[in-house]
Amino acid sequence: MSIPQNLKFAKSHEWVRVEGNLATIGITDHAQHELTDVVYVEVPKPDAEVEAGKPCAVVESVKAASDIYAPVSGDIVAVNEDLASQPELVNQDPYGKGWMFQIKLRDPGELNELLSPSDYSHHIGA
Amino acid sequence: MSVATESLRRTPLYAAHLERGAKLVGFGGWEMPVQYTGILAEHNAVRQHAGLFDISHMGEVIIAGPQAETALNRLLTNDVRALAPGQAQYTLLCNEAGGIIDDLILYRLEPAVFLLVINASHIPRDVEWIRTHAPADVVLDNISDRTAALALQGPRAVQYLPAAADLKPFHITRLTLAGKPCWVARTGYTGEDGFEIICDDPDVVTLWNYFLQAGVTPCGLGARDTLRLEMCYPLHGNDITENTTPLEAGLGKYVNFDKGDFIGRDAIDRSPTRKLIAFKMTGKTPPPRPHYPIQSAGRVVGEVTSGTQSPTLGYGIGLGYVAAGTTDIAIEIRGQLFPATMEKKPLLRKNK
Repeated sequence: MSIPQNLKFAKSHEWVRVEGNLATIGITDHAQHELTDVVYVEVPKPDAEVEAGKPCAVVESVKAASDIYAPVSGDIVAVNEDLASQPELVNQDPYGKGWMFQIKLRDPGELNELLSPSDYSHHIGA
Repeated sequence: MSVATESLRRTPLYAAHLERGAKLVGFGGWEMPVQYTGILAEHNAVRQHAGLFDISHMGEVIIAGPQAETALNRLLTNDVRALAPGQAQYTLLCNEAGGIIDDLILYRLEPAVFLLVINASHIPRDVEWIRTHAPADVVLDNISDRTAALALQGPRAVQYLPAAADLKPFHITRLTLAGKPCWVARTGYTGEDGFEIICDDPDVVTLWNYFLQAGVTPCGLGARDTLRLEMCYPLHGNDITENTTPLEAGLGKYVNFDKGDFIGRDAIDRSPTRKLIAFKMTGKTPPPRPHYPIQSAGRVVGEVTSGTQSPTLGYGIGLGYVAAGTTDIAIEIRGQLFPATMEKKPLLRKNK
């Protein structure tokens, strides 16, 4: 299972890529593999305010709907519009074209709460 | 998964499933494969080629004796007398209130020997019910614990079972496959051509490997559910229960009111006030799921009992109960209304 070394991770299987005060969020390779065929993604409203640890998006496989939790707090500044027509991007390219939304960080200190690649690897028993 | 895995039963194919990388879930008290590679790929394998399901969790009961036909005709809604030896019929087991205890396939193996294939989670309930309501001189043998079963389904299924090429739909015969004696029936739960193969527990591993080595795709319960839902075959526990009647569920053609008395006959409302309808979502929407409210003209008229994103059709589909006479519906998903249209069953119509 792929775990990129330049990302941070939430225990609830979201990944976070930090660039300045922006955090890009998606779900991990492990998560997409567990969910299997993604058929629908409900991203947050652009300009919505999200709180760390609170559900803010939904990803649906054939079998079930699963909440996606905001790993950090802040304002949504971008969402991946491509997922509306191509939800399978989450399976095909979870760390790239399958990204879900971007948050403008309210408190960069929250990033310290996230897991390192090696901690996340341990978390999923890889 | 909320069910403790230690309490779940396993079929003789448990090790074979793990070996194939299956993801296992609790279903009806059994630890069963929900998928091997993915639900969509397995679904498509069955619609386009051939897939193999382990259905050993299902129950098998033999009813025999000179009084078996009469006894079954009192227990079941369909007309048992219409069955010649070697034939099968879909039928329902109802309680006195007309509620559906189980849905099943009844096979007449010999003039006075019948096989009932029943849902896994209802085996004790069904057996107890039949024992209580059948005359004492009828032989009842619950062979579920020593009997396994496979479903070989798909337009190319017959290519992998040429010995049964001449078997007609809803017929059953005795065959030897890969050296193992079994019952082979031309029945299934997918809407495709195919077979259900019933054998002794120890023989099923040989048969499983025989078909997989020939090129059939192993399929899990996830695909079994999407396949049956496209055909609008009800799932007991979701779409039909002891609190729903055959006519509410649209299963009237499996109820013969003219055959004489049967349990539930007088209680079944001939013009029910709610109906199990099939629907499809309009446009790109989240997949409908069980228990989502169904609204009409601004009020809740029922709820979804089964729903999914149809792999074949590419949109959300489902079944649910609504008040009789309902025409326009919308499905409430996470507080938001999404338009849907009521459709004739089955939702998937194949050009055959």
